[in-house]
Amino acid sequence: MSTRTPSKLEKILAAGHLAVTSECGPPRGSDPEAITRKAEMIKDYVDAINITDNQTSMTRLCSLASCIHLKKMGVEPTLQMVTRDRNRIALQSDILGAASFDIYNILCLSGDHQNFGDSAQGQNVFDIDSMQLIQTVRLMRDEGKFLGGDEIKRPPQMFVGAAANPFADPFEIRVPRLAKKIAAGVEFIQTQCIYNLEKFELWLKQARDRGLHEKVYILAGVTPFKSAGMAKYMKNRVPGMDVPDEVVKRMSGVPKEKQAQEGIDICVETIQRLKEVEGVKGFHIMAIEWEEKVPEIVERGGLYPRPKVVDD
Amino acid sequence: MRINYPGTIRIVRLPCTGKVDIIHILRAFEKGADGVYVVGCLEGECRFENGNLQARKRVDQAKMILDTIGIGGERVWMYNLSSSDGPRFAEYAVEMTEKIKELGPNPIKLAHKKKAA
Amino acid sequence: MIVAEKKPIEEIIDYVKDFQKLLIAGCNECVTVCEAGGKKEVGILASALRMYFMNEGKKVDIDEVTLERQCDHEYLEEIRDRIDQYDAVLSLACGVGVQFMAEKYFSTPVFPGVNTCFMGAAEERGVWSERCQGCGQCILGKTAGICPISRCAKRLLNGPCGGSTKGKCEISKDLDCAWQLIIDRLKELDRFDEYEQIMPIKDWSTERAGGPRKVVREDVRL
Repeated sequence: MSTRTPSKLEKILAAGHLAVTSECGPPRGSDPEAITRKAEMIKDYVDAINITDNQTSMTRLCSLASCIHLKKMGVEPTLQMVTRDRNRIALQSDILGAASFDIYNILCLSGDHQNFGDSAQGQNVFDIDSMQLIQTVRLMRDEGKFLGGDEIKRPPQMFVGAAANPFADPFEIRVPRLAKKIAAGVEFIQTQCIYNLEKFELWLKQARDRGLHEKVYILAGVTPFKSAGMAKYMKNRVPGMDVPDEVVKRMSGVPKEKQAQEGIDICVETIQRLKEVEGVKGFHIMAIEWEEKVPEIVERGGLYPRPKVVDD
Repeated sequence: MRINYPGTIRIVRLPCTGKVDIIHILRAFEKGADGVYVVGCLEGECRFENGNLQARKRVDQAKMILDTIGIGGERVWMYNLSSSDGPRFAEYAVEMTEKIKELGPNPIKLAHKKKAA
Repeated sequence: MIVAEKKPIEEIIDYVKDFQKLLIAGCNECVTVCEAGGKKEVGILASALRMYFMNEGKKVDIDEVTLERQCDHEYLEEIRDRIDQYDAVLSLACGVGVQFMAEKYFSTPVFPGVNTCFMGAAEERGVWSERCQGCGQCILGKTAGICPISRCAKRLLNGPCGGSTKGKCEISKDLDCAWQLIIDRLKELDRFDEYEQIMPIKDWSTERAGGPRKVVREDVRL
């Protein structure tokens, strides 16, 4: 497949390699080392690093500034952008700001409701939704135009991504929704953490039946459990998360001090199994505040070393 | 059955306690009543299905208002009994009278008197 | 209708505690139906305030009136001949009525007695829920008659988001996911294929974002 942007992630995918991305949450403070330290640990094991945008609505150092820190250390960032906090002026402005630092990947999201975070009494914006943000970035990139119709000088060159949650309800619209995002112009997808492999494979089969896997690169999302407690929490408390009972049972079945290793094992086994599934083009490893384990997961998952691609 | 109950009580008859509104309770206090209690049928035995349950909610509302304005919500109570249970009726009348005696007179009445004097 | 809730009496007392002659004005429309500011609520509030001031040793006269509507000149005019008798008006109408009262009786302080909440429907006795945010460009024809702007917590035009779980919204298990409702009804209407049409970016200029709004109908003006 040919590429449309200077994104390394896009090149790797276009060359037919399994891509590996990971993500870092910025700190709740202004210390840049909180980002660079995490990035340093994983940079040789992944192709790009997502920086979350005030995830779970907790106020943090902004995604754009964090991405610039990554860029300065030679790591390829993926700017996550939610439509919760910014109207179309601010969204387009931040996209240009990112483009001015040659940030080449963007992940378009609507964002968790502010109800979950430290500013439950705040306003939300939702001027546009994630679907429309995808359209916006594509318009800015491909036609060099603002939403208002004016021309952009030096348009952004961004590889456009979005999230997909195969496990949210109602299941029957999960594939149509993917099709809708593709129609909006999305080029890569990072999925919600996968624990229910049967359901994920069913979703992917339905996507394949419509040929959607040929139209978008799907990166399977994985998150290692640190403990049985975390598995239970994700199962019961995180909206849109599907953790089967067997997985919780497997985590609870080992002694506490061995649970972390068990979590890593489950994660590696997931990667090994999904690598063989048609339509999986890579992995998105979300090791929440556990970045130091990413190298082990990548290596044991058979995804190391990372391929080299030639810069334009 | 000849059962005695305190003579300080004025009975207002209603076909069903569901007819009692918050305003009726408040007006009684405005006019100087020291306490108000509503006696309804046993819960689950309302002929109009839920009149007594509605009454209880209104009594609770009146309690809240009286607490807020400094009259005291404990001056209003809701009792439930079977219509044939005369002794229980007298028992509640005594209980309520004692409760109100303990609380003393309605402060509104005192305020009225002060104004008059 | 416009749905409102009674303000706590403490807050109302704080507004009116320094006045000697008060008019409590109810409204016979929406706030009567949602039992927040009709004749009955006017009576209860008046009685409570009378007792409060009496108990505090203050002399405050409180009158009661309930107008047919407070959002129309003709009904508000009904109290013109006596408005000067009052130091302040406590309006139990929605925010519209309170303001119209304040505009009309410019030199009389007017205070709100209810919190105006939303435009909604009576789901059942004692339960009201939001149905419309008055965006000025109705899209119900495209969303199976269910409004994602007023009923989706993120007002997503292309929902549902990944937080939709078992038909409920990610912010509360008591809240239906608007997009689940839309999808269910699209199926019922045999129009599920319409789900894949992307709803374009909305023009919010007819909503609050565009500034205070006005409808002028030359055809019905006098």
